[in-house]
Amino acid sequence: MPIGDLGPELTVLLGAVAILILAMWLPRDRHGWCAGLTLAVLAVAAVWAAAQLGAARLTFMGTFALDGATGWTRLTILIATGLVVLLSPRWFVTDRRHGEYYAVLLFSALGAMAMAGAADLMQLVMSVLLSSITGYTLAAYHRDWELSVEAGMKYFLLGALANALMVLGAVLIMGMAGTTAYAELAGRPPEGPLWQIGLMLVVLGLLFKLGAAPAHGWLPDVAEGAPAPAAAFLTVVPKLAGGLALFRLVALVPDDGALRLLIALAAAATMTLGNLAALWQDDVRRLIGWSSVSQAGYALVAVAAAGRADMALTALLVFLAVYAAANIVALGVVSELRGRTALSDYNGLMRRRPLMAAALIVSFLSLVGIPPLAGFLGKFGLFLVALEAEMLWLALFLLANSVLSLAYYLRVVWAMVFSDPAGEVQTLGGLTPLAPLVATAALLVLGILGAAIWQDPTALPPMVMATQAEGG
Amino acid sequence: MPSAGERTARAASIALCALSLLLLVLVWAGFTPGGGFQAVEEAPWIPALGIAWRLGVDGMSLALALMSAVVFLASVAWPMDPLPRARAYYAWMLFLTGVSLGLFLALDLIVFYVFFDLSLVGMFFLIGRWGHGDNQAAAFKFFVYTLAGSLLILIGIIALALSMPSLTFDMRAIIAERPVGAGLVGTLVMIGFIIGFGIKTPIVPFHTWLPPAHVDAPGPASAILAGVLLKMGTYGLVRIPLQMMPESFAQWALPLAILGVVSILWGAFVALGQSNMKRRIAYTSVNHMGYTVLGIAVAGSGLGSARAREAALDGAVIEMIAHGLITGALFLIAGGFWRRRGDYELAHYGGLSASAPKLAGATMLASFASLGLPGLAGFVAELHIFFGAFAVYPWLAAIGLLGLLVTAALFLQMLRQLFFGEPHSALDTTFADLSRSELFILTGLLALVVLIGVWPAWLIALIAPAAGG
Repeated sequence: MPIGDLGPELTVLLGAVAILILAMWLPRDRHGWCAGLTLAVLAVAAVWAAAQLGAARLTFMGTFALDGATGWTRLTILIATGLVVLLSPRWFVTDRRHGEYYAVLLFSALGAMAMAGAADLMQLVMSVLLSSITGYTLAAYHRDWELSVEAGMKYFLLGALANALMVLGAVLIMGMAGTTAYAELAGRPPEGPLWQIGLMLVVLGLLFKLGAAPAHGWLPDVAEGAPAPAAAFLTVVPKLAGGLALFRLVALVPDDGALRLLIALAAAATMTLGNLAALWQDDVRRLIGWSSVSQAGYALVAVAAAGRADMALTALLVFLAVYAAANIVALGVVSELRGRTALSDYNGLMRRRPLMAAALIVSFLSLVGIPPLAGFLGKFGLFLVALEAEMLWLALFLLANSVLSLAYYLRVVWAMVFSDPAGEVQTLGGLTPLAPLVATAALLVLGILGAAIWQDPTALPPMVMATQAEGG
Repeated sequence: MPSAGERTARAASIALCALSLLLLVLVWAGFTPGGGFQAVEEAPWIPALGIAWRLGVDGMSLALALMSAVVFLASVAWPMDPLPRARAYYAWMLFLTGVSLGLFLALDLIVFYVFFDLSLVGMFFLIGRWGHGDNQAAAFKFFVYTLAGSLLILIGIIALALSMPSLTFDMRAIIAERPVGAGLVGTLVMIGFIIGFGIKTPIVPFHTWLPPAHVDAPGPASAILAGVLLKMGTYGLVRIPLQMMPESFAQWALPLAILGVVSILWGAFVALGQSNMKRRIAYTSVNHMGYTVLGIAVAGSGLGSARAREAALDGAVIEMIAHGLITGALFLIAGGFWRRRGDYELAHYGGLSASAPKLAGATMLASFASLGLPGLAGFVAELHIFFGAFAVYPWLAAIGLLGLLVTAALFLQMLRQLFFGEPHSALDTTFADLSRSELFILTGLLALVVLIGVWPAWLIALIAPAAGG
């Protein structure tokens, strides 16, 4: 059992513990040190993860898939978490539990990393629980602020239900199949209703992580009520992991049509619901939340193409990564603006804070998929795999929803660029603006350097489960 | 008086547009008509997806790129003072120049799509910042509507690329391979392209975004929108469905031709009913793009003689170029009216030929060219189109001819209202004539219109072999 295989995860775990202890001893005005230490921990883990990118094997008795997909997702999770850390110090500086926040953040990132590599249902359940429980804490971190507590409660109630059902589902599958290991489940069609129900329940649990219908209700509230940096984390990192975990699960099941159709229907419903709800929002944070729901729907398109299109996995990973960058820009700008949320607060931002306004415009255009921003590459990949999987109807849903989404993104763009400024704009300052600017640069550059992130699927190490499914 | 920054920005923009034009003329000088794609540049972009930075020209795209460079040069040179935020204005104009030239020069479908989409972004900000009236609604409608079209095109492009033996977006390879035959896939892709490019062109019934976008955009932006951006739709129609999937195109040629004729008539009659100068010119664009679409449909019909079809395609390409120059000039003139009076209502003007004879002359020449007077560029184009159309769809061609009559009526009526009769108010007697720079720009554009009208052979020699291939 080569312990080094889980090096990045263990680094994050030990780092989280160290920060927790440090935060207990440090005087409160020095809690900012914890942010620096967190960044160092993330950097070590990222270097370690990068060194393992070429691996392709199951490890820890078949519970963890160390393959290209895990490597890629680990890296994006670590980078996304690092950007969130940059957003945080000024935001939490007055918080009594400032230091502990970073520990919770790391635990949550750990849950996501474990979820991304899970190759066993028990491991999957454990990682989802870790990611969820820390998530509730992050959402409700402002204990004295009603909206934050409400967001946490809503997230918790929905999550508790989804997670309980997911545990039930895992138990049902274990009972019927006699195993929880993906290697043994791969390629076996679910026999009997209990097994099928179990599978549905596990899928539901992962839809909750993705923020996809029918378990999407928490997302707009978290985007609105959670501390803005925590919202940036919670709308991004669980999706990165949940998307890959769902893909692995779907890829286990032979393609008889039913499961993929169900995912495709969830995709269509999620994107349409998210966009229709966002269309009427005058609250920018809720708008970003609903847009994030619709983006989860887009991601499901690639999941529905699992096994039907060669590049489905690549499309999913690229899409989620560029989505992550764009959403961190959006909520990063919100953080820098001290959480301003009414649309009218954004009037004339282009004149008052041109960099932040430009970053938000780039982020929104990237979320629409306007080339040559990185978001185009993500959307393009989804269209490609939807058509390759012969799901023209889903591609048309994707099209209609992209057009719909443009309408509400443009409302914000219009307010920022063409409306007159309302008043003075207060900002957080410090390192906070750095995160959205770095992510914006990534959006601008990665589309043009597309070859750097979109590689030939045969050049990447194969997804471990997929190869075993073929063998079995 | 324009500020120093504004003058520098304008001078720099003129210089850069002139440089683009110069470089294109150099390519033209080394161009062998009928030699296929030339001046090809290729650089890797995303090899795993068969996407690369591929640029090059054939006769059709070179002619369109040259025309675009001329229209852009004229538009940035057109005096715009007083102009708020001049530097941003010129930046966006240059952005659009690059994007438009890139689109016509692209030899990769994804590069083509990138520029197609970026043109929307540039236009959105131009209409938003420098437009007038209800420009928010106009800009939104423009962006949302045309994005829907461009995504349909993206789906079609991907379907074409997936049908290739190995995934590639190289236009030359797809034109050579013609991977999609007539069948369900061909039909679906074809419908996607007709609607997608139809929105951009615009063909009735997908044209409703156009009039508000034009009316509320600043004059030079309208000149670019009508002169250059609309051509992206018809150019795409020729380059992609016509050349890459001729079998499916032939099946859909008749419906497309009918849409073309509907656009001709609809554009002409609705234009006749407009009292707003800019709306009237905008609707004549629908009419003229209708001729172009008719010509393209005839060319791809697979019916009639090859000569007739070639003539129709030549006519369609000449119409794109002629319309770019003529309507560019007309919209610049309309911008001049707005600059002087802030008013587009035809009824608020009268008898301007006394106070502004040069303006009257230029407007008359442009209008005559637009209505297809022999000896001017529009005539050459429409002659070719109808020559082909009568050989293939005689009834449709006969109905389409009606459009010519109505166009003549609406331009003559507009000229009479503006320049003859009694002055509408005292303002008309002191209406400022064309300034030296305005006169210079319009003379340049209209000289080309006359040149193509009296001696079209050089243009036909440039485009014909490429378009026919």
